[in-house]
Amino acid sequence: MTADASSVELAANSRKIRPGRILAWTLLFIGGLIMVTPLLYMFSTSLKTAGQVYDLRLIPAEPTLDNYIRVLSDGRFLRWFLNSIFIAATVTLSNVFFDSLVGYTLAKFEFRGRYLVFLAILSTLMIPTEMLVIPWYLMSSQLGWLDTYWGIMFPGMMTAFGTFLMKQFFETVPDDFLEAARVDGLNEFTIWWKIAMPMVTPAISALAIFTFLGNWTAFFWPLIVVTSPENYTLPVGLSSFAVEQSIQWEMIMTGAALATIPTLIVFLVLQRFIVRGVMLAGLKG
Amino acid sequence: MVSVARQASPAQSAGLWDRFSIRTKRVIWAWGFLALPIVFYVTIRFYPTVQAFWLSLTDWDLLRPATFIGLDNYKRLFADPLFWQVFRNTFTYLIIGTPVSLVLSFIIAFYLDRVRFMHGFIRALYFLPFLTTAAAMAWVWRWFYQPVPIGVINDVLQLMGLPQQPFLRSVNQALPAIMVTAIWAGLGFQIIIFMAGLRAIPTTYYEAARIDGLGEWAILRKITLPLLKPTTVFLVVFSSIGFLRIFDQVYNMTTNDPGGPLNSTKPLVLMIFQTAFSSYDMGYAAAQTVVLFTILLVVSLVQLWVLRERR
Repeated sequence: MTADASSVELAANSRKIRPGRILAWTLLFIGGLIMVTPLLYMFSTSLKTAGQVYDLRLIPAEPTLDNYIRVLSDGRFLRWFLNSIFIAATVTLSNVFFDSLVGYTLAKFEFRGRYLVFLAILSTLMIPTEMLVIPWYLMSSQLGWLDTYWGIMFPGMMTAFGTFLMKQFFETVPDDFLEAARVDGLNEFTIWWKIAMPMVTPAISALAIFTFLGNWTAFFWPLIVVTSPENYTLPVGLSSFAVEQSIQWEMIMTGAALATIPTLIVFLVLQRFIVRGVMLAGLKG
Repeated sequence: MVSVARQASPAQSAGLWDRFSIRTKRVIWAWGFLALPIVFYVTIRFYPTVQAFWLSLTDWDLLRPATFIGLDNYKRLFADPLFWQVFRNTFTYLIIGTPVSLVLSFIIAFYLDRVRFMHGFIRALYFLPFLTTAAAMAWVWRWFYQPVPIGVINDVLQLMGLPQQPFLRSVNQALPAIMVTAIWAGLGFQIIIFMAGLRAIPTTYYEAARIDGLGEWAILRKITLPLLKPTTVFLVVFSSIGFLRIFDQVYNMTTNDPGGPLNSTKPLVLMIFQTAFSSYDMGYAAAQTVVLFTILLVVSLVQLWVLRERR
C-alpha cells in the first residue's frame, strides 16, 4: 500500500516537471545527433562518387560501394587491418596475463618488498610515453626491432594502469577460496589461473577493452617505429593514405570509415558490456 | 612459467615447520610471478626514463656518439621563440579544452542520467565518438573545415547567409578548430564516467534533501557536486593530461605543414616529434620531453592540491 502511494506521488512529481523533461530530452537528442554527425557524413561520403562529394545531402543520391572496392583492391588496407588486429590482440593478451598476475601477486601474497614493487610500478604512471620514445627508438635500432611488429608492441606489453586495476579487484576476492584451493593441493599458479581469475571477469573484460581500444587507435609510437608501408598499423596507414589522396575526400572518408567500422560493430554488439567496463576502469583506476 | 621451474627446489625444506615452509614457498612463488614483469619494468620503463634525463644533457644526432653538454639544451630551448609559442599553444589546449569539455560532459551526464526514454540509444550517440580512431576522425573534421564547396561547415554557413570562415587556414582559428575535434573525441568517455559517479551517489541523500525542502539547484550545489568530487578530480587530471599531450589530431589535420599555419597549432609533443624524428636532434628532443614531463607533473600536482584544499 505504502509503496503504491509513494509511486503515485513520484509519478505526480515527475508529471509536474514534464515540459522541462521534454525540453531536456529534445536538447539531449539534438546534441547526440550533432555528436554522430561527423560519423554519418563520413559513411555517407564514402558511399558517394567523386562528383557527389559536394552534395550536402546525408543520404547519397546513388549510393555505391565503388570507393570501398577501390580502396580495398590493392590489399594495403587489408594488410594494415590485419596488422592492427594482430598487434592489438597480442598486446591485450599480454596485458590480461601479466597485469593480472602482478596485480594478484601484489594483492594476495605477503612478502617483504611487496609495497616497494607496487610503488615502483605505480610510479611509472607518471612517466609520459613521449619521454620514453627516444630511448625506445634507440633500443629498437640497436636490437633490430625498428620496423617490426615486436617494435610496435613491446612498450605496451604490461601497463601500470592494468596492474593497478587488477590489484584493486583481486583484493575483493575472499582469501577463503584461495585457502581452500591450497588445502586441496593446487599450486599457486593454478589457484590464480583457475580460481582467482574467474572471480574477476568484469575487471578482465574492462582491461581487455581498454587495452585493445588503446592499441587499435594508437598513433604516436607506431608512426615513429614503423617505416615500411606493409608494417603500418591502420591509423598510420590511413594517415599516409589520406596524405597521398590529397583532395579525393570520398576516398579518404572510405579509408576513415574502414578504420572506424570494426570498433563500431564491436560496440553495437557489446554496448552494455563496454559501457560498464569503462565505468569500472574509470572508477577504480 | 619461470616459477614452475623454481618450485622444485623448496621441496627440500619440507622438514621445517609446516606453516613456515608454506610461507617460504609462497614468497618464492610471488617472486617467480614477478620476475619477468620486474625485468620488463626495469628495462622498458625505468632505464629509458633515466636515459631520457641523461640524453637531455647531451648533443646527439644518432650518427656520432652523444657528447655531454650540460644544460645547453635547456638554455637553447628557453631561448627559442618557437618553444614559447608551442608552450602557449599547449596550455591553450589545456586551459580551454579541459573546462569546456568537463562542463559540457557534466551537463550532458546530469540530464542523461534522468532520461528514461531511449536512454541507451542517446547514450550510445554520445559515446560512439570515443570508440573512433583519432587519426581517422581528424581527417573527417579536416574535411568539414574546408572552404566552400567542399567543407560541410562552410556550406552550411553559406546556406544560412553567414560569412565564410577560414578555420584551419587561419592563424587564429586553426587551434580552436582542432580543439573542437579533441573535445568531441573525449566527451563520450567523460560523460560515461560522470554518469557512473552520479549513479554511485545513494538516492537516500536526495530523498532526505527533498524532505528538507531543498530545491533542485540547492541539491545540485550541496549534494551532487560535493559527492561527485572524486570523479571530477579524476576527470580534471585525466583530461588535462590528454590535452597537454595532444598530437594525433594536430598532426593529421595539418599534414601539409605540421603544427601550422605558422606553428599556431603546434603542441609540445609535435615539436618533440619533429625535433627527434625529422631533425634527429635527439639530445634537444630529450630535453623537450623532460620539460613535458615536468609540465605534466606540476599541472597534475597543482590540480590535486587545489581540488583537495577546497574540501
